[in-house]
Amino acid sequence: MIVRLEAVSKRFAERTVVDDVTLAIPAGTCFGLLGPNGAGKTTTLRMVYGTTEPSAGRVEVFGIDVNRDPRAVRSRLGVTLQDNVLIEALDPIDNLRIFGHYHLLREPELSDRIEYLIDFLELRSHAKVPVRNLSGGFQRRLAIALSLMNSPELLILDEPTTGLDPAVRMALWSKVRDLRASGTTILLTTHYMDEAQRLCDRVAVMSGGRIVADGSPVMLIAEHLQRHAIEIDCSADGERVLIAKLPPPTETIRAGGRLVIYADDAVAIHAILDAAGVDDERTRTIRPTNLEDLFLHLTGASLEGGA
Amino acid sequence: MSVSLPHATAVWRRNASMYARTWMYNLLPNFFEPVLYLVAIGVGVGVYVGEMGGMSYAEFLAPGLVCVAAMNGASFEATYNVYVRLTFDKAYDAMLTTPIGTDEILLGEVLWAVTRASIYGASFFAVLVGFGLAPLPYALLAIPAIPLSGLLFASIGLAFTLRVPTIDLFAFYFTLFLTPLFLFSDVFFPLAERLPGFWLWVAEILPLLHPVRIARAAFRGEFSLILVWDVAYVLGLSALLLLSTRGAVRRRLMS
Repeated sequence: MIVRLEAVSKRFAERTVVDDVTLAIPAGTCFGLLGPNGAGKTTTLRMVYGTTEPSAGRVEVFGIDVNRDPRAVRSRLGVTLQDNVLIEALDPIDNLRIFGHYHLLREPELSDRIEYLIDFLELRSHAKVPVRNLSGGFQRRLAIALSLMNSPELLILDEPTTGLDPAVRMALWSKVRDLRASGTTILLTTHYMDEAQRLCDRVAVMSGGRIVADGSPVMLIAEHLQRHAIEIDCSADGERVLIAKLPPPTETIRAGGRLVIYADDAVAIHAILDAAGVDDERTRTIRPTNLEDLFLHLTGASLEGGA
Repeated sequence: MSVSLPHATAVWRRNASMYARTWMYNLLPNFFEPVLYLVAIGVGVGVYVGEMGGMSYAEFLAPGLVCVAAMNGASFEATYNVYVRLTFDKAYDAMLTTPIGTDEILLGEVLWAVTRASIYGASFFAVLVGFGLAPLPYALLAIPAIPLSGLLFASIGLAFTLRVPTIDLFAFYFTLFLTPLFLFSDVFFPLAERLPGFWLWVAEILPLLHPVRIARAAFRGEFSLILVWDVAYVLGLSALLLLSTRGAVRRRLMS
């Protein structure tokens, strides 16, 4: 196992932010920690790279106790923090150079690595532009390049694509997939279920500091949910009429003003809906259940925060 | 875990490379401050003062102002600049994702503040040599007082910065702490001639007094055992403050 957390908790004064978390991340996987803001994801990551000390439990990375020898652990991993920590006055090359010094890289390895990362993250066109003049997408790519400076065996990404436009997100996902393909273990947090579903071999769903489910996205969905989600627009009165007609125990959840009905047999639900006549047929949608549904199911709250 | 000097050097190097890009803007204002005092008070007021401590007033001022230049350099670095790196640049959060730990951050910042203090102190010393106010070769023995002032005010500044919640409090540090030190630490007038016996003992608390006494002794070429106490004061207080700041850095960055 690359990362192993055993019964790890973190309390700040009266508040328990991470509550009895046990996790194991095998080598070569892309592992996603999912949850809304405030679920304890970032604190969990900080405990993995040894910048927050757990109140209880044990954190091992590469088989090393992080709190005993953080330097040995951190020399082999890279972290992209949620907020970019770039030097705004410097260009990408100088930012990379300074970060290389943090890892005690020397010439000619330092320049070779910088050249490689500038190409890998496609920063060449802006390599000499001060960071403060770069777009959000370029800044994020540079932040990831910094965390790859020491060719890490484990890459930790905290909310890698928050606030980025769709094209930039897709480009970053492809880089993460490249890294994973080359054998890098990846631990990321996200509150985007599409991101987790596209990238992660395994996910853990976090809520209120606890892990409420842990496994591969496909297996977790199969284990906890029916195959289809049918979303309809209907009033509260209509909902009462409809629920009386659905065969128990059909699961329904109200999310984003829509009613979601979970079922393996979507056709049967359609027939019931047609007969009940409580919704507008034109806004009815059927889709496969996904991680967003899993999260709603497990926590009763939306991944994006606020149901 | 032991402190890693190479990693502390990497912290130093970050600051040095940032400084090297803007040294003209950085060096000039702080460097001119003691030069202006020397000209306005040493030469201007000095004419009316005549002699002080058996020399011209400008000659009396010169060694103290070397230490003041170093104090200014270290203080700006250890207060405003460290605070900006801590809260706005989040430079230390970035470092803590690498093999650099909080001890290396603290050591790197101390080394850098001493470096900057030394750049200021040494440039001012060069000005004194140019004005003929540094009696060579004795005055060269004042050079160690420059990094000592730097170390002392880096330690005091960092102890303060790591504990203050907001940048607004730095105005107090400068006007209620550094300015009185500047005015009452043997720089402008000999304390020994103005204070009654008991208060002279109390004045030994003043940090700037000690490097100033070392520099003045060197400029005069008169050395006595009290300088051992001055060096011990600087090293001892710095060590105490830095040890206590170690925990403050950890609490600030690793919660």
